[in-house]
Amino acid sequence: MAFFLETLLGGLMSGMLYSLVALGFVLIFKASGVFNFAQGAMVLFAALAMARFSEWIPAWLGMDNLFIANVLAFAVAVVIMFIVAWLIERLALRYLVNQEGATLLMATLGIAYVLDGIGQTIFGSAIYKIDVGMPKEPVMMLESVFEGGILINKEDFIAALIAALLVISLSIFFQKTATGRALRAVADDHQAAQSIGIPLDRIWVIVWCVAGITALVAGIIWGSKLGVQFSLSTIALRALPVVILGGLTSVPGAIIGGLIIGVGEKLSEVYLGPYVGGGIEIWFAYMLALVFLLFRPQGLFGEKIIDRV
Amino acid sequence: MNGRKIGEVVLDLKNISLSFGGVKALQDISFNVLEHEVRAIIGPNGAGKSSMLNVINGVYRPQQGDIILRGEHHTNMDSYGAAKAGLARTFQNIALFKGMSVLDNIMTGRNLKMKANMLQQAFWFGPAQREELEHRAKVEEIIDFLEIQHIRKTPVGRLPYGLQKRVDLARALAMEPQILLLDEPMAGMNVEEKQDMCRFILDVNDQFGTTVVLIEHDMGVVMDISDRVVVLDYGKKIGDGTPDEVRANPDVISAYLGASH
Repeated sequence: MAFFLETLLGGLMSGMLYSLVALGFVLIFKASGVFNFAQGAMVLFAALAMARFSEWIPAWLGMDNLFIANVLAFAVAVVIMFIVAWLIERLALRYLVNQEGATLLMATLGIAYVLDGIGQTIFGSAIYKIDVGMPKEPVMMLESVFEGGILINKEDFIAALIAALLVISLSIFFQKTATGRALRAVADDHQAAQSIGIPLDRIWVIVWCVAGITALVAGIIWGSKLGVQFSLSTIALRALPVVILGGLTSVPGAIIGGLIIGVGEKLSEVYLGPYVGGGIEIWFAYMLALVFLLFRPQGLFGEKIIDRV
Repeated sequence: MNGRKIGEVVLDLKNISLSFGGVKALQDISFNVLEHEVRAIIGPNGAGKSSMLNVINGVYRPQQGDIILRGEHHTNMDSYGAAKAGLARTFQNIALFKGMSVLDNIMTGRNLKMKANMLQQAFWFGPAQREELEHRAKVEEIIDFLEIQHIRKTPVGRLPYGLQKRVDLARALAMEPQILLLDEPMAGMNVEEKQDMCRFILDVNDQFGTTVVLIEHDMGVVMDISDRVVVLDYGKKIGDGTPDEVRANPDVISAYLGASH
């Protein structure tokens, strides 16, 4: 029982991290109908900025305080993601208003390459580390309930908390504020939103900013676990099944989809793995996504698209 | 019709031509709209009525011609610019935000009136919160005015067609426009709903002094509520005048009933 719980918790926590990346996709898709292929590149770009500035800033200022260096680097990275969002709107999206989905998808594919290239040109392409002082040592919990207790990775636990906090604040932002309402309006109908006086260009900058900050948080968490390197940009691929499962248009869907996939991966690896020779973790998510595409293409919480014939 | 005084020209359209590839949607059309009047654009299917409205609203840019709004040239504005210039519109195929409640839909119409900047709104700072409440009060007035109190919290997608049209009008009214453009406000409605909509249009025009430009298919309704009527057929203007003048115009009669050759 304790072992099962331990696996389950481990799955939930890694699921939360998938959700974080998936959120970036959902935000942009909801607000602009664009499937943003550049989300992974944005994660890498943000993580690189964070990692490098947390090295550079102490060197420039000649100080030695890890906390202050991290706070400053975070602030700089936020500003950089703002600039990236603004440039993307200014240089690409602005000219693609009311275009086909496929056109916009291709544009984001281009943006992904540009971001990858520029990011590594400016920040370098070696492996960097982000050290935000996350505790690495595991802790034992519930020792009174189970014999030996269950082992929890503190780092994962804190990461999951941060992700949850981000999700809650995003939901409040979308549901309760005037800007959130305008975002939802644009998501529903560009043309109508524009003609009642919602400025499309400004809304898009805001959405890409929010997605950029989500990417930054994801980049910091993943980066501090795995190191900041080019492979970070491929974590977007691991979030793809999550969005298919949860539905492209649903914020709660991204969260629950991430959790299901995280838990599913871990449990199937541990309990089914021995019978099929292991390695389930690698393909489990994609299989699940395929099954969903067959039987419920809109995902768990997505909107069913009904076309009038 | 009390209290309302028809004034000067607010919107002047000069020699508008619009084509999509080889299709000439509008050919050299000129007409004007006077302050506080109800101006109708009518015509058979495919006459170019919606194109005309989309030109006024900045959705389409005409290849030729000039749009003059209160003496200023507005030929190159987009629909956001049109909204800023005081033009609000409703849509033929209802373009409400389907996932949102009636209240939220109407609140989006207040967007241009909100002074707090996006950052304040985003973080729900003091001024943004106060402002939200003021706008909410205004929106409640509009809700009362259009008699949709009972559906305030309902997601728009669940409402019957007639009510959706009314919410569409409410959202446009929330912008407190000087000119209200209505794209077939009565299409697909039953007689009772049509009567309600007519009453609302006349009340808006009467009480708020809003200039109304409306497109309609149904001749009968239009003749009852408009001050002046423009008639389009195959992208050309074939008639312009008071309902009585238009009704007596032989070109208009042949366009609607078929010519007797």
